[in-house]
Amino acid sequence: MSETGILKPGHINGETGTWEMVIGLEIHAQISSKSKLFSGASASFGAEANSNVSLVDAAMPGMLPVINEFCIEQAVKTGLALNAKINNVSVFDRKNYFYADLPQGYQISQFTKPIVGEGEIIIDLDNGKQTTIGIERLHLEQDAGKSLHDQHPSKSFIDLNRTGVALMEIVSKPDIRSPQEAGAYVKKIRSILRYVGACDGNMEEGSLRADCNVSVRKSGEEFGTRCEIKNLNSIRFIIQAIQSEAERQVDILESGGKINQETRLFDTSTGETRSMRSKEDAHDYRYFPDPDLLPLEFSDSWVQEIKKTLPELPDSLKKRLVNDFEITPYDASILVEEKDYVDFYQKAAKGQDGKLTANWMITELFGALKKENLTLSNSPISPENLGKLVSLISKGTISGKIAKDVFVEMMTSKNSPSDIVKDKGLEQVSDDTEILKLIDKVISENKDKVNDYLGGKDKLFGFFVGQVMKLSQGKANPGIVNNLLKEKLK
Amino acid sequence: MSNKNTIVDIPTVNKIARLSRLDIPEASKQSLTNDLNNILGFVAQLEEVDTSDVKPLASVTGHRLPLRSDEVTDGNIEDLVLKNAPESSSGFFVVPKVIE
Repeated sequence: MSETGILKPGHINGETGTWEMVIGLEIHAQISSKSKLFSGASASFGAEANSNVSLVDAAMPGMLPVINEFCIEQAVKTGLALNAKINNVSVFDRKNYFYADLPQGYQISQFTKPIVGEGEIIIDLDNGKQTTIGIERLHLEQDAGKSLHDQHPSKSFIDLNRTGVALMEIVSKPDIRSPQEAGAYVKKIRSILRYVGACDGNMEEGSLRADCNVSVRKSGEEFGTRCEIKNLNSIRFIIQAIQSEAERQVDILESGGKINQETRLFDTSTGETRSMRSKEDAHDYRYFPDPDLLPLEFSDSWVQEIKKTLPELPDSLKKRLVNDFEITPYDASILVEEKDYVDFYQKAAKGQDGKLTANWMITELFGALKKENLTLSNSPISPENLGKLVSLISKGTISGKIAKDVFVEMMTSKNSPSDIVKDKGLEQVSDDTEILKLIDKVISENKDKVNDYLGGKDKLFGFFVGQVMKLSQGKANPGIVNNLLKEKLK
Repeated sequence: MSNKNTIVDIPTVNKIARLSRLDIPEASKQSLTNDLNNILGFVAQLEEVDTSDVKPLASVTGHRLPLRSDEVTDGNIEDLVLKNAPESSSGFFVVPKVIE
């Protein structure tokens, strides 16, 4: 019988009790190199069909792969950022299978000896909590080409531009326990890759995609049989696919069935997974060391050189923002998601109230940019001007309410907030005599209400404050209006 | 990869042929099986050598994996790439429909 109350994420109430999800992710990240992993053809996206193809990529007989040094560096950099063991000797293997967009008949990958071994990262959850997820390995491999199946009723069209582009496959340990954690994990990996510069993290263009391994078990039991959901290219789909797959497995197990270990696809139109109907031999890849490639070897000192080029990473930056600007860990985790967020924030918050700057940036600026379909890099408001706006609020020159009007003006005119305040005469009125004049006017125009108030209708106080503020066109300092009104209406 | 006890039988040959997309006539399967067993048996003699003190060796040349710098030096040869294709259209290879 189902329990009452709200279920923790990653748990499913079935007929026989509560089930827990066990999730592991394989992330494929395209390395941001100019050329391919083993050939000098361009790795750029969106070119004319088969124009970014060399005879190596097309697997013409006699062609030899030569590895791209930059790609090795990016794998090592990423490994260091994942707190992982770097393997000074690694080996390239051939993973054999037949498909029309794989002209070699095998993918060059790393099987027994990957370039990066075990590591771990910390992920930030929505409730402000953190958890550690283990990394099993990271290895280098070639991407496959692209097949178009909708161009002709009985033919497939093949474009090899993506064939041989460098990928890093990052494999997590089965440490993930809910779809939300899986989403947070992908977000964190993406953020780290972008900081390091190893991958642009563009999920829409397929630079980052994930395969999700999902199984369910009763709490404390052994892992169940898993299914792998292939090729998910958005965090929203990852979350949906895992939830729906886990529910499917619980239904099968509770009706007495068994889970078949298989590869499944997520159908974005139905929100459900379906079997890929793979052939029985699909997983017999007959890996063996690629005889065209010697083992990849490098020295510790080379790894140390690369370590020196690593930028400050999100976890460390987050701590620093909390310390230096006294903002909440949650706000800090939003600001460190992207390198340009932190850069913008640090410029804006310099010498300002850090918490107030964070609020204006996260709520107002991000909100307005999203509405206008803009990104931070083409924000009409510069970090300096956002800082100035915060300064005007903290100094009491304008009220928070007026600041919102100034902000709207800044979004369209690009003027500095102090100019806008001056031009429109928006300075907050904090002068007692000025405000008293307004109060006197309100009192003389509302004699009946004053009598009612003095007769005990306390609630009318808000009305007087409102009238004075209205009369001042929102410019009167509300704190001073409150105090003076209280004095006047004694 | 194998030891002296590995025996390749006809089902194994069938499997390897299927994985390699090779169509092997029924009549030649037995002789192929014999050949494979002979080859494997020949190579298995290497296992008689005591290699417990020898480090695994990837190459006898002493060469290291050559590296290249990340520059675009190739591509834009669609005509050459497509030259051997039995069928092509607007720059694409065209093959019988392959869909999962």
